[in-house]
Amino acid sequence: MKTRPYLFSLLALGIALILSLTIGSVFLPPAQLWGALIGHGTPVSDAILWDIRLPRTVLIALTGMALGGSGAAFQGLFRNPLADPFLIGVASGAGLGAVIAMSIQWPYSFWGLMAIPMAAFATGLLTIFIVYSLARVGKTIPTTNLILAGVAFSSFATSLTSFLMLRSSNDVHRALGWLLGGATQSGWTAVLAVVPYLILGLGILALSGHALNLLQFGDDQAQQLGLNVTRAKTIVLIAASLATAAAVAFSGIIGFIGLIVPHVMRLWFGADYRRLILLSIIGGAAALILSDVVARVVIAPQEIPVGIVTALVGAPFFLWVLRRAKNQGYW
Amino acid sequence: MLRIENLSVNYGPRRVLHDVSLSVQSSEVVALIGPNGAGKSTLIRAVSGVIPIAGGHVRTNGDDFQALAPMRRAKYLAVVPQAVSLPPAFTVWETVLMGRTPYLGFIGQTSSADEEIARQALKRVDALGLAERRVGELSGGEGQRVLLARALCQSTPILLLDEPTAHLDLQYQVNLSELVRDLAHHDKLAVLIALHDLNLAARYADRIALMVAGEIKALGAPREVLTPELISQAYCLPVQVVGHPFLDVPLVLPGTVK
Repeated sequence: MKTRPYLFSLLALGIALILSLTIGSVFLPPAQLWGALIGHGTPVSDAILWDIRLPRTVLIALTGMALGGSGAAFQGLFRNPLADPFLIGVASGAGLGAVIAMSIQWPYSFWGLMAIPMAAFATGLLTIFIVYSLARVGKTIPTTNLILAGVAFSSFATSLTSFLMLRSSNDVHRALGWLLGGATQSGWTAVLAVVPYLILGLGILALSGHALNLLQFGDDQAQQLGLNVTRAKTIVLIAASLATAAAVAFSGIIGFIGLIVPHVMRLWFGADYRRLILLSIIGGAAALILSDVVARVVIAPQEIPVGIVTALVGAPFFLWVLRRAKNQGYW
Repeated sequence: MLRIENLSVNYGPRRVLHDVSLSVQSSEVVALIGPNGAGKSTLIRAVSGVIPIAGGHVRTNGDDFQALAPMRRAKYLAVVPQAVSLPPAFTVWETVLMGRTPYLGFIGQTSSADEEIARQALKRVDALGLAERRVGELSGGEGQRVLLARALCQSTPILLLDEPTAHLDLQYQVNLSELVRDLAHHDKLAVLIALHDLNLAARYADRIALMVAGEIKALGAPREVLTPELISQAYCLPVQVVGHPFLDVPLVLPGTVK
């Protein structure tokens, strides 16, 4: 196993983590940060680290891991460089569920807060089920059908979401901030709630690299090489959706991470999905943490939703990558 | 070794293969010939299990292929697909190692024994020097050899090839055909190969099956199948058949001689 790509991306993640923990409305120098981490902090640095920055950074990291890993999986599954969690509708479906939950006036209790991500998760999975059933022909799931059904359902869910947000005057601001990817519900509760879904979803994806490699040769060849194609596609689809829904539920709709990170990793470190999934998970975390740092400082002390940063930085960066890779035909 | 019994395949309401029966012994090359649309590729895809069959059986040593999971099937039977565009970013080495899939777990962890088999397979097709190249950089002939190496990696007793020589230059057509014949006669594989070039079939196949409109019209030694009557009827074209000047095989010359 080549270790250089892992060292490189873990290094990037480490730098992003340090930046995220030190930079904010109050600068926490590395020495103080270290003190707080090992239990010798001042009350102020303890509070900043343990109650604010660390849970937020962890949640952002988990979200980035989910988006990067599921983005790589969706691209491999559909053999489509444009595939990402949004393409097959799971992200928009989860967003719709969250807004429905917000438009009902839940009490601001623990379970009231938990109901929003739960609803997002449920509608995310429901979306997958609907899109999957619509796309299915007999025992097979043609990729074109899946993408068409996903895009159509995605538009439908997005329209409903906008309608609901326009209708409900209460909390529109909060919902909008959430939708644009502001980690407004950070805190250890959110982190604890998201972890099981992510371990399950990303764990399965990390083990599916070989199946994704085979699927790159098309369904016929994959099956002739011994892969149970329908079963493998179903496993990857559900695992990637699980990860996406969890990410959307807690951090809103954050674009471009799931699209860009796998592309960059593929460009730098090759197409082997056994490596690519893991690298995209690590890289997704690093990229989203850095975006969040930018979101916190760019008009400090005010914050902008991190989804705005990923799109503003991500889109031009993506175009630059595309332009550079134009003649390499890495797809 | 490979026994196809009364195999029928439908595409929607249309029956595209009718009661095809054919067997291929080990150490034997059987060539499938016939005009475009006769069902050669369909037969190969149906035998390999990627399209559903409407009737009949495919067996090997008594095992019914329909009843086998893809992984079990891939230990019996390997397929070299028709010239396809391969995912360009994989290296030749990665591609060939994927032939070991039927012997690996879901995560695809390969052992040094698997790597040795892949090395031998690449050597067998004379492509060891290509190992580090990306698949997207290969020529058509190199790509076909890599796909053949991947199929050999499956260590199967049966090998199916779907027009592997189509679109190849003359020297690659001959090289590949010789290699395939050697795999049967020397390595004792049972080989079923779809070919569009009748003279390659005449020269390198032990038996030939002539398919027309989803049925096998004739089956036998090249001399018995490549007759002016059968071929001109199948291809709707006048043909002459003469003896090869140096070898004991027929030579098909299409068109009239006037």
